[in-house]
Amino acid sequence: MSDNIIRLHYDIDADDFSSAGLASSGTKRMLNQLGFNPAIVKKVAISMYEAEINAVIHADGGCADVEITPEKIVVVISDKGPGIPDIEQAMQAGWSTATNEIREQGFGAGMGLPNMKRYTDDMKIETELGVGTKVTLIINVN
Amino acid sequence: MKGYSHSIRLEADKCRGCTNCIKTCPTEAIRVRGGKAKIIDNRCIDCGECIRVCPHQAKKANTDEFETIFNYKYKIALPAPSLYAQFSKIYTRGQILAALKLLGFDYVYEVARAAELITAETKEYLKRKDIIRPVISSACPVVVRLIRLKYPSLIPNISQIESPMEAAAEIARNEFAAKTGARPEEIGIFFISPCAAKHTAAKMPIGNLKSNVDGVIAIKSIYVKLLKLLSDSEEADFKVMASKYGVRWANSGGESLALETDNFIAVDGIHNVAKILEEIEDDKINDVDFIEALACNGGCLGGPLCMENVYSAKAIFKKVLEKDISQSALPYTDERFNPMHDAEIEYVDAYSLDKDMYAAINKMAEMNRIVAELPGLDCGACGAPNCRALAEDIIRGEASESDCIIKLKEEYKKLKKKIGAEKGNEK
Ligand SMILES: Nc1ncnc2c1ncn2[C@@H]1O[C@H](COP(=O)(O)OP(=O)(O)OP(=O)(O)O)[C@@H](O)[C@H]1O
Ligand code: SF4
Ligand SMILES: [Mg+2]
Repeated sequence: MSDNIIRLHYDIDADDFSSAGLASSGTKRMLNQLGFNPAIVKKVAISMYEAEINAVIHADGGCADVEITPEKIVVVISDKGPGIPDIEQAMQAGWSTATNEIREQGFGAGMGLPNMKRYTDDMKIETELGVGTKVTLIINVN
Repeated sequence: MKGYSHSIRLEADKCRGCTNCIKTCPTEAIRVRGGKAKIIDNRCIDCGECIRVCPHQAKKANTDEFETIFNYKYKIALPAPSLYAQFSKIYTRGQILAALKLLGFDYVYEVARAAELITAETKEYLKRKDIIRPVISSACPVVVRLIRLKYPSLIPNISQIESPMEAAAEIARNEFAAKTGARPEEIGIFFISPCAAKHTAAKMPIGNLKSNVDGVIAIKSIYVKLLKLLSDSEEADFKVMASKYGVRWANSGGESLALETDNFIAVDGIHNVAKILEEIEDDKINDVDFIEALACNGGCLGGPLCMENVYSAKAIFKKVLEKDISQSALPYTDERFNPMHDAEIEYVDAYSLDKDMYAAINKMAEMNRIVAELPGLDCGACGAPNCRALAEDIIRGEASESDCIIKLKEEYKKLKKKIGAEKGNEK
């Protein structure tokens, strides 16, 4: 048990939009209680929230796996959605395929992926059309 | 008053050990142990939720007795503006303040007047380029304490301007001393309060090295005395100082209205405040300059030491304001008064599992394992507010898994089965 690591698993439900963000807020709460620097917690909370919302909006939900160690925090958000055809394009600030209904809810500015990049130390997107997408976010503690 | 951390206390003989208060506490500061509620000192922020919810009136607030004013040669009252909304037969502000003076005070200074000064200072403060936005009002001590405890990353957002209570106390002392030649230490300054948190704020100020308030008296506790004097007091007996801009601070949204900006969020009720703070922390609230956050539902009119319930108080307040003859807000500055906080606000660590990160991670991993084993009903029967909190208490060595009655029942069933099987073998 004493291997200095915490592993968390969350299902990301797409049915209830108001519950979107539960995985990131649960993780944030734990990081706070562990005594991580607020700046680190903020980086994790914001980048994870964006990835979680993307899974809900663009991929009908998925799951989140988090690994917390004193050195770094690794967040993996996976879904079985449509995949991203052009990652480079998707990464551009302002690029979005969100529908009007989604935009009316205040999402779809095309800022999620760029923000994830900004708030993480390392980020990886693995995606396959028709199969799904896996976004890995790494935040170093020091 | 070192060591004093909160004003809410338990009257143990009234407490039945039910779970109402543990479930409503926003900081998970209460446990039921040995059949009685117990407050975890460094987590209590004096919001008063437990006072409101306790069906047996076992939660009380420490405040100062009215009679303590007689310990001072000169006595000054600082009525919170919520006082004006406590009398269902409508009295004007002038009448209420005149009655307050008749109680035995030498001087009455409206906190609403100081609120106008704070408004003027805050307007200037919001123009500064070097502040972190959104600025969160420092007026409600419960909110400041919630931030210090659970949202430390927002400490720099807290306005560095004094609360109206502190401003009023300092100005009133100076004015009275200048007018009468009284020595400052002969003067006792008493805040007439809607909440217990102001009592703690006067004893253990946050953002200030020392408070100018000598005592905090609950509105409730002088209500009857005031009522008796009110019929004899006349509007003309007291010249009001504040305008509606200061008076409206008692109501949620009042502070923001006075600021005359559109770029604000006014939130009231401790659980709502927590949500907004969470959103600010996650950068979900942008382009807002000012957050007015009041712990009580409806603002100070909903304070736990008020006489009227918040809805009636709001109705009365409206009528009092309609009757008000005061002029519109005067531009208000006071040269002698320094409106800025003079002490840093520091983070209070009341939740971490271990100072050492490696140890903390191991403890949390263990805690998560325990949580997974617990039934997840969050019923509170164990004395902790939810299963997670029980797991935390177990990790801290303050509770055990058998405190969970569902777990206990399982164990009991297993034991019964085992005994049954052994008996069977004997035959
Ligand atoms: N998990 C995913 N599955 C499929 N497509 C995705 C996924 N995540 C992102 N995309 C695609 O990439 C685009 C850009 O994503 P990004 O998060 O940057 O913006 P957005 O979600 O459209 O808007 P915002 O995040 O500002 O609300 C999306 O519009 C979508 O087409
Ligand atoms: S809202 Fe007003 S009455 Fe309630 S705790 Fe804050 S300052 Fe006190
Ligand atoms: Mg997005």
